Amino acid sequence: MQVTLKVLRFDPQKDQRPHWETYQVEAEPWDRVLDLLHKVKWYQDGSLAFRRSCGHGICGSDAMLINGKNRLACKTLVRDLGNVITVEPIRGLPVEKDLIVDMEPFFAAYRAVKPYLINDEPPPQRERLQSPEERERFDQGTKCILCASCTTSCPVFWVNGTYIGPAAIVQAHRFIFDSRDRGKRERFKALGSGSGVWRCRTAYNCTEACPREIPVTQLIEEVKRAILMDRF
Amino acid sequence: MAHRHEVIVVGAGGAGLTAALYAAKEGADVAVVSKLYPTRSHTGAAQGGIGAALGNVEEDHWEWHMFDTVKGGDYLTDQDAAEVFAKEVIEAVIELEHMGLPFDRLPNGKIAQRRFGGHTKDWGKAPVHRAAHAADRTGHMILQTLYQQCVKHNITFYNEFHVTDVILEDGVAKGLVALELATGELHLFQAKAIVIASGGFGRIYKVTSNAYTLTGDLQAILYRKGLPLEDMEFYQFHPTGLYPLGILLTEGARGEGGILRNALGERFMERYAPTIKDLAPRDLVSRAMYLEVREGRGCGPKKDHVLLDLTHLPPEVIEKKLPDITEFSRIYLGVDPLKEPVPVMPTAHYAMGGIPTTLWGQVIKDEKNTVVPGLYAAGEAACVSLHGANRLGTNSLGDLVVFGRRAGIHAARFAKDADYHELTEEHLGESRERIERIKNSTGKEKVAALRAELQQSMMDHASVFRTGELLKKQVEILKELMDRYKRISIDDKGDAYNTELVEALELGYLLEVSEALVHSALNRTESRGAHAREDYPERDDENWLKHTLAYKVEDGKVCFRYKPVVLGRFEPKPRTY
Repeated sequence: MQVTLKVLRFDPQKDQRPHWETYQVEAEPWDRVLDLLHKVKWYQDGSLAFRRSCGHGICGSDAMLINGKNRLACKTLVRDLGNVITVEPIRGLPVEKDLIVDMEPFFAAYRAVKPYLINDEPPPQRERLQSPEERERFDQGTKCILCASCTTSCPVFWVNGTYIGPAAIVQAHRFIFDSRDRGKRERFKALGSGSGVWRCRTAYNCTEACPREIPVTQLIEEVKRAILMDRF
Repeated sequence: MAHRHEVIVVGAGGAGLTAALYAAKEGADVAVVSKLYPTRSHTGAAQGGIGAALGNVEEDHWEWHMFDTVKGGDYLTDQDAAEVFAKEVIEAVIELEHMGLPFDRLPNGKIAQRRFGGHTKDWGKAPVHRAAHAADRTGHMILQTLYQQCVKHNITFYNEFHVTDVILEDGVAKGLVALELATGELHLFQAKAIVIASGGFGRIYKVTSNAYTLTGDLQAILYRKGLPLEDMEFYQFHPTGLYPLGILLTEGARGEGGILRNALGERFMERYAPTIKDLAPRDLVSRAMYLEVREGRGCGPKKDHVLLDLTHLPPEVIEKKLPDITEFSRIYLGVDPLKEPVPVMPTAHYAMGGIPTTLWGQVIKDEKNTVVPGLYAAGEAACVSLHGANRLGTNSLGDLVVFGRRAGIHAARFAKDADYHELTEEHLGESRERIERIKNSTGKEKVAALRAELQQSMMDHASVFRTGELLKKQVEILKELMDRYKRISIDDKGDAYNTELVEALELGYLLEVSEALVHSALNRTESRGAHAREDYPERDDENWLKHTLAYKVEDGKVCFRYKPVVLGRFEPKPRTY
């Protein structure tokens, strides 16, 4: 089938602002949007820039706005989109070229929640024990691939880039509810602050955007509750 | 721009992050240079597990793990490496757990373990539960956990910096040159010690489980500079690549009870490996699948694949323990593994060969193990040689943490007593010239077209089965492709994120590593592990119980030296399962 692929392009060396370019691409229904972008880049216009690595939804490189929704280009098939497909960079982060955005603000928020196990007690000789139920408690957050789909679909983040964003809260959740961790108070400093969890307006965009089907909004609510419980 | 750090690690996958972490713990000033953002390295795609004789589910011993590794490697494994590995991987898994890695758990709270190909108890008698796992996302969890620790230790990252040169002078490693993708600027990195952990090169093949970015960059750069590549002829095909894409479906699926079937519905592995059947090592299973197809028992309209049957497993096992591969089948093929078998075919997966190193990750330049001061390698980029002629499943994740740690520690200690070397703008010259040549070329050859020809021809002539005739043909094809590569041109003349330029550079690396692989394969006139020569079907210990060191002479010319295999407690024996 013929697909019309419209891509929002921006080259900082040439362009004042982004503009649309349209490509006609021969595609199979089972092709991924990533395959279409490759067809354009490899055989029509080599200057088209986008990130990708693993090609099957594990590395999180190719999050983009596809037909108006945040998705991974490698996990989105042509058959689910039809023959007119629009592709734009994810919103709320500075565009560096075409579909590539600056990820640094995103990772700064990630680092702010202390995304690592905090436990100063000397570890035992063998593994720390943890029941399957305790392990299950924080399983959802461990699926996160840091693709930024959730954070860049959040209207609060668009309006105010200092909001720590869903992805960082998911990372915090992953440790707050880990029975081995002792660092939740340290994390609550960033999470309970003005740019922390209380900015969340429960719009559910993040949950819809997550390509790993993490119930992001629910995890944010659980973090809010944990902070409240800690206060009273 | 110029930078200096005592230890610079190239690559931010499992081996690189482990090396960085342990170098930092030794007190060194450490930086990581990666062409990707962290957590996007391909370690994250590893699914099934990390093998270690924890003995959490049943009796197990490091000696059994060592034996399985040596036998799995068809006795080309260096036994000193296998011994260090089998012992230290136990401690490494415990350390990962202490770092916060969310392993799945047994009811008693210990780390859960499952069965995997080629891992046995009692010296080969039956499969054993040895693979510690976190659902089918074990690599993802390892990568995330290691990056988390790097954040904790404030390690410096140069993200999206593509290394274009390793500066080697007077036989000493002095620094690196890297292209900053965001700006197109070349940066000079001074280092006392460099650890190369840049991963594999599965993109030489058309069907591969590997990321688009796995193009053997650093192997090729060192090879061009006259350093050898070891055992490149041994390239692993993973039996269960999702047909026809090649996306990996973990061996853990067979560890949990999955069965391979041909068009007649037969469990054909019973014929090839009667003792451990579908859990035979990857080289054996891949060959068996090819033979089934060749003999007309393949599935589908083209009769060109087989089926992985999970339908007899309890649905909760599939959903809980294999959620990702279940999703892959559903998304990419519209096949629900709960209800119908999944089409699979071997997919290019892992390079057993690479940059030769000592047990401490020091890069060596000859058969006498002469080290290159200040240069280290670990992970898939390296060849220690733990995996010999065929790597066992779960041993790559173990390799990363065991030998990544050793390389990081040794590099930091080396750096303590070393001085920085003087580097000047002139050291950027070679990289600048190469980049300008590609950007200014008016040639008519296109990167994508050349790459597609390379990948298809490597698939046809140098994959699971090889013959002298096919390999010779591929030698000629590679010569022609290398010649045409000199005339490639690109559309993008800009500086910011010139990913077309990066792909052009990567194609050059793919051609170099293909050259080393094909010549090494043509040179080795025996069948061993993943290297199956139909014109030399037997293993030949008398002539070939040795490692190949391939040196580039010029394009299309390669010379060889040989290194003895380090033997030890296990005598080479015929390899049956």
